[in-house]
Amino acid sequence: MNPIAADLKSADMDTPRKPKVRIATTSLAGCFGCHMSFLDIDERLVALLELVEFDRSPLTDIKVCGPCEIGIIEGGVCNAENVHVLRTFREQCTTLVAIGACAINGGLPAQRNHLPLATLLQEVYTTRPGLAHGGIPNDPELPLPLHKVHPLHEVVKVDYFIPGCPPSAEVIWTFLSDLLAGRAPASDRRTIHFD
Amino acid sequence: MSDSCFSLDGASIAFAAGQTILQAAMDAGHYIPHLCFHPELKPHGSCKVCSVRVDGNMMASCTTPARQGMKVESATTEVDDQRRAVVQMLFVEGNHFCPSCEQSGRCKLQATAYELQMTSPHFDHFFPDRAVDASHPDFLLDFNRCILCSLCVRASRDVDQKAVFGLAGRGIGTRLIVNSESGRLGDSDFAATDKAAQVCPVGAILRKRQGFNVPIGQRTYDVAPIRESDRGGPEKR
Amino acid sequence: MINSLTELEQFRQGILSKKDPDGIRVSVCAGAGCLASGAGKIIAALNEEIEKQGMQDRVLVKGTGCPGFCERGPIVVIDPDEICYLQVKPKDVAAIVSKTLKEKKLIDRLLYAGPGKDEKTVREADIPFYKNQERNIIGNNIKIDPKCIDDYLALDGYSALAKVLFQMAPEQVVDEVKKSNLRGRGGGGFPTGIKWDAARNAPGDTKYVIVNADEGDPGAFMDRAVLEGNPHSILEGLIIGAYAIGAHEGYVYVRQEYPLALENVGIAIRQAEEYGLLGSNILGSGFDFKVKVHRGAGAFVCGEETALLLSLEGKPGEPRARPPFPATRGLWGKPTNINNVETWANIPLIVNNGADWFNQFGTGKSKGTKIFSLVGKIKNTGLVEVPMGVTLRDIVYKIGDGIPGGKKFKAVQTGGPAGGCIPEEHLDIAVDYDELAKVGAIMGSGGMIVMDEDTCMVDVARYFINFLAQESCGKCSPCREGLKQMQRILTNITEGNGKEGDIELLEELAMSTGSASLCALGRTAPNPVLSTIRYFRHEYEAHIREKRCPSYSCEKLVSYYIDPQACTACLLCLKNCATDAISGSRGQIHVIDQAKCTRCRSCYDVCPPHYGAVLRFSGESVPEPIPVERRTLVEKSKAI
Repeated sequence: MNPIAADLKSADMDTPRKPKVRIATTSLAGCFGCHMSFLDIDERLVALLELVEFDRSPLTDIKVCGPCEIGIIEGGVCNAENVHVLRTFREQCTTLVAIGACAINGGLPAQRNHLPLATLLQEVYTTRPGLAHGGIPNDPELPLPLHKVHPLHEVVKVDYFIPGCPPSAEVIWTFLSDLLAGRAPASDRRTIHFD
Repeated sequence: MSDSCFSLDGASIAFAAGQTILQAAMDAGHYIPHLCFHPELKPHGSCKVCSVRVDGNMMASCTTPARQGMKVESATTEVDDQRRAVVQMLFVEGNHFCPSCEQSGRCKLQATAYELQMTSPHFDHFFPDRAVDASHPDFLLDFNRCILCSLCVRASRDVDQKAVFGLAGRGIGTRLIVNSESGRLGDSDFAATDKAAQVCPVGAILRKRQGFNVPIGQRTYDVAPIRESDRGGPEKR
Repeated sequence: MINSLTELEQFRQGILSKKDPDGIRVSVCAGAGCLASGAGKIIAALNEEIEKQGMQDRVLVKGTGCPGFCERGPIVVIDPDEICYLQVKPKDVAAIVSKTLKEKKLIDRLLYAGPGKDEKTVREADIPFYKNQERNIIGNNIKIDPKCIDDYLALDGYSALAKVLFQMAPEQVVDEVKKSNLRGRGGGGFPTGIKWDAARNAPGDTKYVIVNADEGDPGAFMDRAVLEGNPHSILEGLIIGAYAIGAHEGYVYVRQEYPLALENVGIAIRQAEEYGLLGSNILGSGFDFKVKVHRGAGAFVCGEETALLLSLEGKPGEPRARPPFPATRGLWGKPTNINNVETWANIPLIVNNGADWFNQFGTGKSKGTKIFSLVGKIKNTGLVEVPMGVTLRDIVYKIGDGIPGGKKFKAVQTGGPAGGCIPEEHLDIAVDYDELAKVGAIMGSGGMIVMDEDTCMVDVARYFINFLAQESCGKCSPCREGLKQMQRILTNITEGNGKEGDIELLEELAMSTGSASLCALGRTAPNPVLSTIRYFRHEYEAHIREKRCPSYSCEKLVSYYIDPQACTACLLCLKNCATDAISGSRGQIHVIDQAKCTRCRSCYDVCPPHYGAVLRFSGESVPEPIPVERRTLVEKSKAI
């Protein structure tokens, strides 16, 4: 067994029948790449699941985040729904973690920030060739886009940041191990990467 | 020749007359984070990342002359917090989206951020929109990434004797400008052999047609952290 | 040309003997403030009227320097009786000449009235504003026509210069200044004698002395008043300094926005040259010294000495790292001594009266007097010169006469834009370099801005950070980026977009900017932020959490509403609304259209207090407007 997982297990055994830590994850304006990287912890997922249970997450299909110890969010904030989800996470989660470039600095979606939103919508929905029914969508079901894409910390208080595009499975695993074992997650300068 | 010493985080550093704290530290193989300093150019003392506490006062180590017996603190939490704040402010002022930048892995701003264990930009982003200048056949200027360190200004003026670059404006409006009739790099006598073409610490002056010649993950600061590759001796690129 | 000490004294006696001992002298303040309110016309009218009355042989009219009581300008002082007339208008001139000058009668309405209104004060020195000051430097302003060197000579001018040139070795001069404990009046507070010593001992034959007259603090005009009002005192100090240090060339760096100061300093230099007080072989002593005026373009940062030097050299005014200090590497790489206007003006006094005399004013480490420009929400706006160590309360209440309009005092900001805001609880601190620092403020160059209950302290911090962000040269990153960050956060807070954590972020930014910046601009810039957070944190919290401005000052957080019960439909607010946001008519209760309202506050200010119909709301929503059908006013008084 991975030494960290062993560490986690022993930590768990010290306090038998400790309720599982609830974790929620979501992707706002992101690509789910960080979630994919998270899944790359592979068989350690099994060890992890002994300690945690998932609330809202692509793994559970729960739609609304309930009270959780940890919330992990990838992706920046690009529309009104993102703001709503982010605020709910902040309210429900004791510890909020921003994961990946987009959650931390807006990332690729934020590269639209130097263009006016109207120009952008115009370009995408009316002037591009091959649009069957051109026109900017205005279905009330669709969340309204924000003028700019913002990283999470510009909207709510964020407790931890895991940079990387995406951060590696190792980095994510080390971070979670630390957090679950009650240690302050240390950012090792050798593992911090922005790309 | 060096018979004088000062203390850097408790270590005794010998220095020659006229040397600054940073020069003496680097000669002795000690790393002090820095961005606007280049061993071959006159120090500018503007980025303030090399700030150290000298007998209680924060001073830029690149411009402060070494003095016999001075007590210099560099690797302290307090000093590193200051440095990180400066680096974070530089990140949010420009467009430093590393995954799309060709300089990633070779960028001193990025490597210094790693060194200072910066995990987030902390402040609100400015999201600037400055037109890039692709007019030069061999180089691209992306002003959105310029951190105003003035290394290219000094290299071009003092080494290349060309004065291709300058800093104009003031306050937060300070901008890198090109000294040509049109203001474009293509209309200046900037050349690939210029010292100014080699000193940009970030991805503001980028050589064209070199994209991904070294894969991400195998670049200078991917292989060794900046404290190991940048602590003195000839500059590595 | 005056060629010796004896000739100087003979010349001085000549000037004094020409004075009519029984003559009347009418001094009219011709400082920039009084000139703007008509002093020029008063002088012309006085001359005309005096001639009409045939009194020109007995009365001398002078346009003089500013005595400091700007609130009550234009000021006219009539000697030998020291009668002080305030707020004089050209139409008062006829009465002044016929009554006071001719019949020796006082004009009551022009005299200073105390709080009782019945008690009038005649003599300038008895007016409380002046009585509580110690006017070593600006006291002479009202006695001198700054365009006339003879006036300065008549008051013993250039006797200190003569003393050093003929009786003192340069080292002795430096020693005397050291002993005086004079500290730089520009803001730094560095001991002047030590600075001089360093420049004197620096190797090199060519050295420079410079007057830093780049006064740029908003609301500060101490240096301007001395430059305009008594330029020779500065020149004399400068020549003495040049002699002490061994400099033969000097510069007066004055900002372009001070046209009268530039004019008067220029005239003073020409006159001093003509008299042999400047140039080659000054007073026949063998000492050579020449001065040039350099006009600054108005960048605040050029008040920083290394930036000023680069600006003088014709380069962009950006500070550089010290050491090397200008004392060893200054203008064009030569040893240079830079002092502020007020520092230089102290020098002749110290030389003439001795260091011991100077040391009798002030406190432990802060000696002498300091000029402050007292502005803001204060009854007596003006320049005040007080000994170091006087309390803020004395300045605000005894000299400044308190807050106008019956409002409550909230804070006083000292030290210019990078100073700190001091609350009521610290009003009893002694004003000196060290005590001000203890409460998070600075002496600075002497700006003193008084704020009342209507002032929002978050907005004050925003205003000063905004100023500093605009004036930052942009060279070093902590100042360039840090100020912009603080400006953004403060703007957000005052506009109701503040968020939890902003106060902590501001504190953090203040720390980084304050300790890592290259020059004093950035290093002191956090003061307004930190001091307002320290003393007025609750105001920040109200803005952030409740979107409420407790002072009803932040436009975006305040709404106005007309109370239908109190409105008398008098049309006053309606007529004064610049954006036609108020509807109604005579007999129809007035209603504000919130969408059109720009929160200019005019309606609130014009609604007579006994109606008090315009209400302010902050942090809560405005009641719905009264329905149209209920807007017709029921005239209660007639119904009875």
